[in-house]
Amino acid sequence: MSGEELENIKQTYIEERKQEARQGVVNVIVHMGTCGISAGARGVFDALVAELGKLNLAHIKLKTTGCAGLCSMEPMITIELPGHSPVRYGNLNAKKAIEVFYSHALGGQIKTEYAISVGLERPQMRVAGE
Amino acid sequence: MPSASAWNGLRCASQENEVISTVTKIAYCSDRQCKYRKNIDVRKLLIDALDSIGLREKITLVETECLISCLDGPSIMFLPGGKVYQVSTTEGFSEILRDLITTAEHSTAFHFNVPAKNRKIPHITDVDFFGKQELIVLRNRGHIDAESIEEYIAHDGYQALYKAVTTMSPEEVIEEIKNSGLRGRGGAGFPTGRKWEEARKYTAGPKYVICNGDEGDPGAFMDRSIMESDPHAVLEGMIICGHATGSNQGYIYVRAEYPLAIQMLQHAIDAARGRGLLGRNIMGSGFDFDIKIYPGAGAFVCGESTALMYSIEGKRGMPRVKPPRSTESGLWEKPTCLNNVETFANIPRIIVNGSEWFNSIGTEDSTGTKVFSLTGAVKNVGLVEVPMGTDLQTILFDIGGGIQRNGTFKAVQLGGPSGGCLTDEHLTIPVTFDSLQKEGAMMGSGGIVVMDDTNCMVDVARFFTQFCVDESCGKCVPCRVGLKVMLEILEKIITGEGEPDDIEKLEGLANHVAKTAHCGLGQAAPNPVLSTLRYFRHEYEAHIYEKRCPALVCTDLIRFEVDADTCKRCGVCSRVCPVDAITWVKRELPVLDKEKCIRCKSCIRACKYGAIF
Repeated sequence: MSGEELENIKQTYIEERKQEARQGVVNVIVHMGTCGISAGARGVFDALVAELGKLNLAHIKLKTTGCAGLCSMEPMITIELPGHSPVRYGNLNAKKAIEVFYSHALGGQIKTEYAISVGLERPQMRVAGE
Repeated sequence: MPSASAWNGLRCASQENEVISTVTKIAYCSDRQCKYRKNIDVRKLLIDALDSIGLREKITLVETECLISCLDGPSIMFLPGGKVYQVSTTEGFSEILRDLITTAEHSTAFHFNVPAKNRKIPHITDVDFFGKQELIVLRNRGHIDAESIEEYIAHDGYQALYKAVTTMSPEEVIEEIKNSGLRGRGGAGFPTGRKWEEARKYTAGPKYVICNGDEGDPGAFMDRSIMESDPHAVLEGMIICGHATGSNQGYIYVRAEYPLAIQMLQHAIDAARGRGLLGRNIMGSGFDFDIKIYPGAGAFVCGESTALMYSIEGKRGMPRVKPPRSTESGLWEKPTCLNNVETFANIPRIIVNGSEWFNSIGTEDSTGTKVFSLTGAVKNVGLVEVPMGTDLQTILFDIGGGIQRNGTFKAVQLGGPSGGCLTDEHLTIPVTFDSLQKEGAMMGSGGIVVMDDTNCMVDVARFFTQFCVDESCGKCVPCRVGLKVMLEILEKIITGEGEPDDIEKLEGLANHVAKTAHCGLGQAAPNPVLSTLRYFRHEYEAHIYEKRCPALVCTDLIRFEVDADTCKRCGVCSRVCPVDAITWVKRELPVLDKEKCIRCKSCIRACKYGAIF
């Protein structure tokens, strides 16, 4: 791999994300670190898979990521609507996660009862080199 | 969401034409609460309505949990589009439904309703737990998919590797790391640049790079999280280390108790190999490097560098005498550069942003950030990355949110079984490698266990000593026998058989073990005892002289009697007692039958006034 290829992968990825946003793709991200799994994230994930199976919607993408840092609030999920800041939910279970999924991912209404925060963690200005 | 009146206000338009629908599915709420409160069977209603408008075949019904809000239910949601309507009437339902289906613009543009009830949700940077942290190592946490190398690359991954192997000589890389002042995050704080320089100096090949992921301290889980959520950062750091030290083979020693970390790392290694970032001729530079995972078999002592290397060689994991240092003669007696997971994860950021940037974070002698795993009696349990030099007050009370259940802060144990505890008088000291050492604790790998007034410090010391006794490899006498005798004394004190000179015996023995034990484990094992003796001597004295455990933890020292002065005669103790050992008559002092009592302490936990002692 050369530096050019590295840059290519990056640009392709960014372009894909932009394309997805234009198509209205909604990301439902389950935090599946060990802490999350031990608190029941696997159940949340399976419930969402089952729900998506019933609905068969092309514009919902179910993803996984690692621990978000706040282990005591696991299981957590993050919902990203195109053009909106991601919203993080915590202290969920399968039922609550499905409520969040319908209300926010499909209905566009933030489920305020379970929401922890909105937005990404402080962009590391120095890391980004800006 | 349209209100009930809007829903009712929709007039039915009688059309004879066939209904054309862009709605393909209708999700409906099946919550029993809604169904019974309004006495509406939504499923039946929908089936009848769809039958009557001839869309039964075209629209699928999906049964779900609660949609939007139970108070407004039952509701239905049109998909695609996600418009939600509440069902407030059954009259003329099929006409209204047809109207909604035909008039709603659902097709391709996804409609998002304006939030009706908008409790202000704070921005993540305004949440103390997240906002007060500074992320270098954990910068991708909860954000990228660990199984996608593309996502890591898109977040500036492998840029550092590219920069290092194509534009920097090994000496330049080492110089950069040395200038950054990065110190090993595994506990001892040895300067990483100097270690790499030494490993580079020895020419007898092959050389090895080892990543120490044998995180064994009770209450420490930062390395696990790094390996799980950002495995490529660790790999990138290791490859750069290989380039700098002139090694072609790396090992990651991960404890077998971390199956997910192993899985993620293996996935990352395979992906990196597939992309030519591991293997032969990395990025066209002519440099070869590969990494293997070696799962540890569950011995705490294998976190010690020399024991770890023996373990990889297939021998019994026991520390050996240093020197020679492992940089001279390590794995298979070859020069080996061993660093901690977090240290490696720091490397890519230093190479990309330069040592000056790294120097600007933290304090003069401890640069950069440190990841702590915050656990115990704090509200927010989790991973905390703060610049070196942040005080404990900020970590425990601002980020950690203070003590659970409004308890009182008592002590904090830093560095696991090798560290010591600190009290509230130390909350203001800046956390650096040297400042903690001075106070008798140590940075360790970064586990912070917070204790409140329900923790007995003698019991805590016993717990950590027990841990070290279990994990001692048995090679040297001070650790094998000394710790065992210390444990026996502690157990005597806890069971109420403590004798007046036990504290002195314990202290003397602890000092001896610290001075004479062979490796880091043994030398640091007495720290919990020594530091609790230093700050909580009165608790030891209460156990020995007064036969009393102030925190009411040590069961043998609890008398299980009710204090007539503090008792408010509420009777809660008698209600929680599982064996009915407490008899209570209204407005009378409860009487505890010691014959029946099984010493489960339910009454003590339930009593708000601390009247049972």
